[in-house]
Amino acid sequence: MTDRSLLRVEDLVLYFRTSGGTVQAVDKVSFELQRGEAMVILGESGCGKTSLAKAILRLLPRNVHRYSGSVILDDMDVMQLDDEDFRRRVRWIKMSMVPQAAMNSLNPVLRVGDQVAEPMITHFDVSKRDAMTQVRRMFEHVGVPLDFVKRYAFELSGGMRQRVAIAMSLVTSPDLILLDEPTSALDVLTQANIMNVLKRIKKDMDASFILITHDIATSSELADRVAVMYAGQIVEVDTAENFFDEPLHPYSKKLMASVPRLRADQEPEFIVGQPPSLLNPPLGCRFAERCDFRFEQCSEEPPLMDKDGRQVRCWLYAKEYEKMLAREAGV
Amino acid sequence: MSDSTMVEEQAIDTEETGQHNGAMLQIRDLRVWFELRRFGFGRAGWVRAVDGVNFDLLHGEAIAIVGESGCGKSTLMKTILGLYQPTDGKVSVQGDAVGKLGSVGLKEYRSKIGYVQQDPFGALPPFMTVRAILEEPLAINNVPVHERAERIKKAMVEVKLTPVDDFLGKFPHMLSGGQQQRVVIARAMILQPALIVADEPVSMLDASVRVEILKLLRALQESHNLAVIYITHDLSTVRYFSERIFVMYAGKLVEKAPVLSLLRNPEHPYTHALLAASVDPDARNASSLREVPPGEPPSLVHPPSGCRFHPRCPKRIEGLCAEEEPPEFESHPGHLTACWLYK
Repeated sequence: MTDRSLLRVEDLVLYFRTSGGTVQAVDKVSFELQRGEAMVILGESGCGKTSLAKAILRLLPRNVHRYSGSVILDDMDVMQLDDEDFRRRVRWIKMSMVPQAAMNSLNPVLRVGDQVAEPMITHFDVSKRDAMTQVRRMFEHVGVPLDFVKRYAFELSGGMRQRVAIAMSLVTSPDLILLDEPTSALDVLTQANIMNVLKRIKKDMDASFILITHDIATSSELADRVAVMYAGQIVEVDTAENFFDEPLHPYSKKLMASVPRLRADQEPEFIVGQPPSLLNPPLGCRFAERCDFRFEQCSEEPPLMDKDGRQVRCWLYAKEYEKMLAREAGV
Repeated sequence: MSDSTMVEEQAIDTEETGQHNGAMLQIRDLRVWFELRRFGFGRAGWVRAVDGVNFDLLHGEAIAIVGESGCGKSTLMKTILGLYQPTDGKVSVQGDAVGKLGSVGLKEYRSKIGYVQQDPFGALPPFMTVRAILEEPLAINNVPVHERAERIKKAMVEVKLTPVDDFLGKFPHMLSGGQQQRVVIARAMILQPALIVADEPVSMLDASVRVEILKLLRALQESHNLAVIYITHDLSTVRYFSERIFVMYAGKLVEKAPVLSLLRNPEHPYTHALLAASVDPDARNASSLREVPPGEPPSLVHPPSGCRFHPRCPKRIEGLCAEEEPPEFESHPGHLTACWLYK
């Protein structure tokens, strides 16, 4: 781990037990995140991206079948902590989350200021008054008028509620903020506003973000790096420059081609077929069935390979992989 | 009073000429206001959801209405569907005007318009199979029983729900989001309407499925010579799936133009703002802030005087925009903008 390294996720697994069998929602996911960096996790619904966020923050439902791997935050493997320790030492203190549809997750019977102050009062030994000072500072950061602390959620527009939810995730100054689809239910101008807020926070507070979304265009507004998830696995990790310029994995290529462009004359294409069920994912490459480049090798599961410092889970890049193995064997 | 009679005369004029042009939907000076009551009696005011909208839609033409939530686009759509009554003005489809129809006329009117809802799962009754869902409109419109199976099958083939027999007995929860939306489209198409109204038909779907559904709608429009009204807040999908764009703000259409004319030469400052806020995927986006006009859309109970965008407009003309409401100016043929800058 380098000095700037903040989070390292290794072989994280989260399976759920359902009446139909075991759902392999997150299957051996590994990645690393630097301090001050924003990582986008892209994927379609059902690919396990929200489960990944919940696995990192240990917000689990009751039907967990298997939950393993390591989540190393600031040199501490938080997977080793028991639930109470995790709650006291990690959640809100080191990382916080803005849940999906956050604007509807505010408590309707509490004033928004009190709600935003709550994690501060619960986790740190501060007076209500000091907490409110911090709340006002956060409201200023995210662009909520200060007199809104006394208002209720229903008195605020969708964009303002989303800002309040973001203020709440920032109020305890965590190192890492997980955002689950922060702009998906908002209008275009409000989306642009929220992305501006996040950009400003990232710059001013040196915060790290994991942004989970299916909206590729909007994700490019914040991304330093991009990870693409497909059927419970990460299939590509790359810098934003490389990825938005020319992604490597056949799925990423198709995903990029499905984005309607406003400024280029390029008819969008859709991806034929459907993602596999996570109940019994195929044994080989999980994208093989929909892939134009499929060959014999694809019936085996590809590992995440290195291609010029970019990671991709596809046999097409296997030569580079073998060379790398040879080099390592030589050393 | 003289104003309104003039408008009516004008409307009758254009109606006649409109029919020569093959306009299938005509909207003239449409206002849909909702009353705000105070303790059951007394009136607290009006919500002016749609306030003076005019346009014609030709046979086989696809238009997109773009606007933010609360701009009145859903009210406009529901008035076209005959679910709301116009407060003033006129909506007519192939000569039948909404609000002047009896229950039989209304049934016939509605059979000419197909409605594709935003949330397919919410729009499909969970206790009915695909077969029952598609049969219902036929039963309501007295289609003989022996014809029904054939028409259901045809509609399903058209929306590519094949093999048909695999889907007939399924319930909505057994289908993926894209398949559910196909059922909704098949239901909208089954009475062979002349007009399809699609309210954010893909906003609940994934990126890759979105394009698939929009392409399906486009193909159906072309093969059946359908008129389509596509309501959305996402400008980027509009380019490939409609001929004209109408931009709506605070109950009014502020710009109407052919798609490429609007995307390449946007005129209204609000359209500029919408375009500036919509991005294509590009790593460089992360290094700059987007320009967004200050403030939020106005209340439709007390809309601003003059131009409704003037409090947020960077190009406001002092002494004019706040006082007088801009009429539509035609800067290029077919490109209409309600903004004083284009006088």
